Amino acid sequence: MAQIVIKNLKKSFGDFVAVQSSSFTVEDGEFFMLLGPSGCGKTTTLRMMAGLELPTSGEIYIDGEEVGQKPASQRDIAFVFQMFALYPHMNVGKNISYPLVNQGMPRAQIKKKVHEIAEILGITDILNKPVGGLSSGDRQRVALGRAIVRNPKAFFMDEPLGALDAEFREHMAEELRALHDRMGATTVYVTHDQLEAMQMGDKIVVMNHGVVEQFGVPQDIYDWPATKFVAQFIGSPPMNFLDFNGTVGKGAVEVRLHDIAMAIPASLDGANGALTFGVRPEHVRLDDAAPYRGRVKATEYLGTTQIITLDTPNGVIKARVASSDAVKLGAMTGLSFDPRTITLFDGPSGRALRSHANQGVLARG
Amino acid sequence: MSFSVTEPSRGTKWFAGLLVVGYAIITLIPLLWIVATGFKSPTDSIAYPPIVVFEPTLEGYVNLFTDRTRATPEMLEAAGPPTTWYEEITRNRGTVISGPSRYGERFLNSVIIGFGSTALTMILGTAAAYAFSRFRVPLKDDLLFFILSTRMMPPIAVAIPIFLMFRNLGLNDTHLGMILLYTAVNLSLSVWLLKGFIDEIPIEYEEAALIDGYTRFQAFYKVVLPQAATGIASTAIFCLIFAWNEYAFAVLLTSGTAQTAPPFIPTIIGTSGKDWPAVAAGATIFLVPVMVFTVLLRKHLLRGITFGAVRK
Repeated sequence: MAQIVIKNLKKSFGDFVAVQSSSFTVEDGEFFMLLGPSGCGKTTTLRMMAGLELPTSGEIYIDGEEVGQKPASQRDIAFVFQMFALYPHMNVGKNISYPLVNQGMPRAQIKKKVHEIAEILGITDILNKPVGGLSSGDRQRVALGRAIVRNPKAFFMDEPLGALDAEFREHMAEELRALHDRMGATTVYVTHDQLEAMQMGDKIVVMNHGVVEQFGVPQDIYDWPATKFVAQFIGSPPMNFLDFNGTVGKGAVEVRLHDIAMAIPASLDGANGALTFGVRPEHVRLDDAAPYRGRVKATEYLGTTQIITLDTPNGVIKARVASSDAVKLGAMTGLSFDPRTITLFDGPSGRALRSHANQGVLARG
Repeated sequence: MSFSVTEPSRGTKWFAGLLVVGYAIITLIPLLWIVATGFKSPTDSIAYPPIVVFEPTLEGYVNLFTDRTRATPEMLEAAGPPTTWYEEITRNRGTVISGPSRYGERFLNSVIIGFGSTALTMILGTAAAYAFSRFRVPLKDDLLFFILSTRMMPPIAVAIPIFLMFRNLGLNDTHLGMILLYTAVNLSLSVWLLKGFIDEIPIEYEEAALIDGYTRFQAFYKVVLPQAATGIASTAIFCLIFAWNEYAFAVLLTSGTAQTAPPFIPTIIGTSGKDWPAVAAGATIFLVPVMVFTVLLRKHLLRGITFGAVRK
């Protein structure tokens, strides 16, 4: 089990820069998520960590040892591929034992070990079956078996649930997390699904266009996004952006939206010009007494809550309110925002302005 | 009456079956003719109209494998009674066996050259196809086109340069020369076919093997090769058939030690009159190795011949 440190990692393919100087640390035993839209460089980052791609520059430390230019076979890590990549000409047992065969482990010991792993994963009954006819869930388990049989320093997983049905994915995600907790192994997991990342991860790195946008525990990232991209990528529906022109002084505790004062956490940065007022849908309240008004455009019923889409002077926003709130389409209603949860973003750069509320989170990642 | 879009009706099946059987008979007639002629006597073999029912004899095979000299009745008398069945056959024609013919050697040459060039083609072709499929080879597309372009003219068009080249290099009438030549001709198609098969194998299999602690070369022969077996087998059959049947270069470049069977078989005609049964016997035996090879690999061939169009 190991700590993994990534320092200024960069990868370019010709003119195309896939990953630009990324740095982050995966602590020992963590379930670590690399999250981002497709093409953001998360898979390339993982492949560099695994040794399937060599970095253009930068360092990778596994357990303190620099392995950036070492081949995958010498890094003692396991990789679970999206399409599982089970050896099709071997049966389930052979697939699981294959990494051990290479280590020259005695046969009897291999057999014992494979049974032990099959026991953990609940696949003892299919050990002698060819992998061709297996369900995707069983393939997934075999792929996991092949990964854990060796007790590697770390597990790398590239969208391992991507090939599963939505229904089964949930179940497998739980199984994976339980397996991780049982083994206590450092796991780095690539996904484009923010829900999966929030649900399973101890820590999340959010990447976009080859750049690490933010890095931290799920709750920090959700509550205090460092950039507009993170605010929008995480959360469903995403954070609301109310664009306005104005000035925020250092220490300011309110901004003026459409000439109405809105309380914010005390700002530590000053800015003026194009700014964005960010608020999560669940922190928007329909409050008839509030001076800031919006018109109801649409409602989506979600059981215990409902999502209300409103037109405001600063753009369209969504509010998540209790289903019991009666809302009429086309009605004007007052809106208030929970002042403790507001994040302001600088318009051109998209970066969050530091405030008393988010400074701790932003300083960490 | 029930109707199904996937299952053809009984009548359709019968019709299709008859069509296939009919076609098979038409294509097999020349083959049957050759096999039958091998067992005919010289008179039966040139009878007109052709004889379908005849008394089989092994004379053609005996003549194929032996050299004979004509003997006067006194010489036959002096030689005493024939001791073996094949001597008896030749005595009846007034000849005695003077020694084994060269057919055996020529056949062996064909085996060495055919299988040798096929093996070499497969080794080089698989390695090249793997590299083209997996690595960033500079000028990859141009190289692939160049490789294919060597097949854009009939190989025999370069016969004279090759003849001169072989003479200067001392490769004329050598096994090595013929193996190299057939390998060169077969390699371009093989690289293309094999690249297609290897492209079909997901790269993740090798990456998984690399992660599991195997070297690049181990990943290649333990994971990629078993996966590519179908493609390699069907490509090997194509290569063997070409090298086995090749006639023009063999006539031009071999005459003695490395002569293959195809240029040798026609020379049987000239040695003692028109001995069609011996020629037919030579052709029949010549068919056997390719048939055996194809039958052994037929499972692979049936899957591979679709050129990977169908995912397993």
